[in-house]
Amino acid sequence: MSAPPPLCEAVDLSVRYGSLWANRGVSLAVRPGEVVALVGENGAGKSTLLHALYGLVPLDGGQVRYHGQPVVPSPQRAIAAGLGLVHQHFMLVPPLTVAENVILGQEPRKHGLLDRRRAEEEVRALAVRHGLAIDPRRPVADLSVGEAQRVEILKVLYRGARLLILDEPTAVLTPAEAEGMLRVLRQLVSDPAGGRGLLLVTHKLDEVMAVADRVVVLRQGELVASLPAQACSPAEIARAMVGRELQPVRRHPRPAGPAEVALAVHELVVERDGVRRLDGVTLQVRAGEVLGIAGVEGNGQTELCAAVMGLLPVRSGSVQLASAAGLRDITHLPVRARREAGLAWVPEDRHRHGLVLDFSLADNLLLGHEGAFCTGWLPWLQVIDRRRLLRHGRQLLDEYDIQPPEVQAPARALSGGNQQKLVVARELSAQPRVILAAQPTRGVDVGAIQTIHAQLLGARDRGAAVLLVSAELDELQKLADRIAVLYRGRIRAVLDNPPSCPVQRARLGELMAGGMA
Amino acid sequence: MSASWLLGLGVTTLRLGVPYIMAALGGTVSERAGVINIALEGLLLLSALAAALGAPHGAAAAALAGLGAGLAAAAVFGLLTVLLRANQVVCGVAMFLLADGLSRFLLKVVYGSTSNSPRLGQLEGHWAPLFVTGALLAGLLLHGLLGATTFGLRLRAVGEHPAAARSLGVPVHRVRLLAVLLSGLLTSVGGIWLVFDQRQFVALMSGGRGFIALAAMIFGGWRPLGAVGAALLFALAEALAVRLQAQGLPLPNYAVQMLPCGLTLVALGLRGAMGTRGSRPPAALGQPLD
Repeated sequence: MSAPPPLCEAVDLSVRYGSLWANRGVSLAVRPGEVVALVGENGAGKSTLLHALYGLVPLDGGQVRYHGQPVVPSPQRAIAAGLGLVHQHFMLVPPLTVAENVILGQEPRKHGLLDRRRAEEEVRALAVRHGLAIDPRRPVADLSVGEAQRVEILKVLYRGARLLILDEPTAVLTPAEAEGMLRVLRQLVSDPAGGRGLLLVTHKLDEVMAVADRVVVLRQGELVASLPAQACSPAEIARAMVGRELQPVRRHPRPAGPAEVALAVHELVVERDGVRRLDGVTLQVRAGEVLGIAGVEGNGQTELCAAVMGLLPVRSGSVQLASAAGLRDITHLPVRARREAGLAWVPEDRHRHGLVLDFSLADNLLLGHEGAFCTGWLPWLQVIDRRRLLRHGRQLLDEYDIQPPEVQAPARALSGGNQQKLVVARELSAQPRVILAAQPTRGVDVGAIQTIHAQLLGARDRGAAVLLVSAELDELQKLADRIAVLYRGRIRAVLDNPPSCPVQRARLGELMAGGMA
Repeated sequence: MSASWLLGLGVTTLRLGVPYIMAALGGTVSERAGVINIALEGLLLLSALAAALGAPHGAAAAALAGLGAGLAAAAVFGLLTVLLRANQVVCGVAMFLLADGLSRFLLKVVYGSTSNSPRLGQLEGHWAPLFVTGALLAGLLLHGLLGATTFGLRLRAVGEHPAAARSLGVPVHRVRLLAVLLSGLLTSVGGIWLVFDQRQFVALMSGGRGFIALAAMIFGGWRPLGAVGAALLFALAEALAVRLQAQGLPLPNYAVQMLPCGLTLVALGLRGAMGTRGSRPPAALGQPLD
């Protein structure tokens, strides 16, 4: 018996955007029963490769084969050949139900009308069979991100996909959700009757180790390594991705003795859409300290940051910020006044709150700091000193290793990791007293993570107070001096996390899930 | 207020409601697919004009001409906005201006007057029950089309997240084009009714009903039955004004004409204050897909 041909294959595949090779001479094959992890930095060409296999971008060289047959790839052919692509960003229609989203385009009919009952039954059966339990009648708008991701998987399974291609499926999931998702995916592939394969793009090396049979590393569009997963370590993979040795980020112990309180939140209550999202939160962050906020998404983290920044009205309680004359109440100050008082914000959604994508890098760095870049000429008119701005911009791009280092390029042209570094650079460059960093490394590659971590710790060492909201336990363990667990709008516990003796992950996970303090 | 007075008010409301209902339904089907349809006013006017021009050949010819004009105008609008991705609001306004100019031009050519046609005696008859029933039925049918057919599902998906629909093989442009054509067909019934009701074409006889229908569509939460309800509300305002005036209430003519428009502003203000509770505009409204 001969081995079945690969489900999908790239042979010497090249894709070019203008003068830039997004993929160059990449060869890759995924066989039934195999999980291939595709890793690389932001902008290394991973998404391009997936899109090329799926026929969403034209090839500039090489060949794509489905089941051993050379094809000119197109989405229709890909679907017909059993490829199913799950995009990096959700491709779901929020007001429609789960069932409607799954069947859209291939609807069961009865008497010429939509057969809603059959659709719901089929989706329910499919969900149960693959351990993706979800109510087919719920509108997608009401689902958590974890549940929405399950709908995406159901969509490709409903179309009979044998090769699942997933672009960072766990980027927005909580640790527990991600674990569940990976287990489901592993089962899909290990079922011998299914003959399925999996091509997975991810940034999380522990996931690669947990689920993949083979690791393929892309760097600057070229395939630099293809290794069996058992035979390599995360450090080796990281080195192949970045092309150099990564210096581990180290947190030095805090100097002994009490430091002044830089941010004090007292009994904060915030309501949104009639629901109490923060229910009496009290916390203090001292100068030179990182306070981590751990918690499953939706337990009040977003509201905490928004309320401290002044973007959400506060029902009761207070927010105080250190100033030259001691703590100052900022509960009712507008956003601009808070920023001027020394508050900086790295928002969790960089596209919505962090950047104007069509502005240049320099203009994005200017936002919120306009006053600092004025010429002395007609001061009331605030004429921007562009030369000074550009010089400042180049300096920051260099300091944060932002690629490409073009201050005039639009922010849209940067990869996600570089966009995030840009936001961090802007926020930290004003020497703030207090930094709110919400999910600062979500969806960002190892190189960028390292830069961002180093900069946050650098700010801490210079005496800034950092409030770090994160769903990544690793990140919290590494950066936070203390970790507060937020559960259903309340602080469940505050744990010390000295570098010498970090908090145990299991303990943290238990508290995040509502376990006893 | 006697029972017969109220009955009369109800009948007038239904009769005046036909163009509001049909245009609001036309707007609903187009906007649910993601295409802003400010062309409604122009569609009403063009189909009325065509119906008037067809009237000398009989009522059926008038109706067919009106439907054809609505379809053709919608095809032009759809070609521009969906396929060529022109700005939907600007195109809609241009359609209205074009309709006004074209109607005056053709009136002059055919009847030698730029303001109105002569009386169209061929349209005598009791058409009101037919049109009113048809309008109410159209609301129900559109409700069913959106909710119970695969085309309706695809149409809604295209209006909310066209990229997602396309990734599943739904032909986004085709669905949007069909929605715009259906919009033209529905709206043209309103224009035809104006001519059948008044047995005459008068320049600008649509009188802002297409714009008010947009308000009805929004007030009705972009749902067919909601649109019918809201359209009847605006028609009630107009009917009330007309009947009060007929009873000798000293209301100037222009004040009467203002009533539905004033109500429109109040209704939209209310709708805005209600926020997104209940319903919100289709997420991809006004966004062409390349």
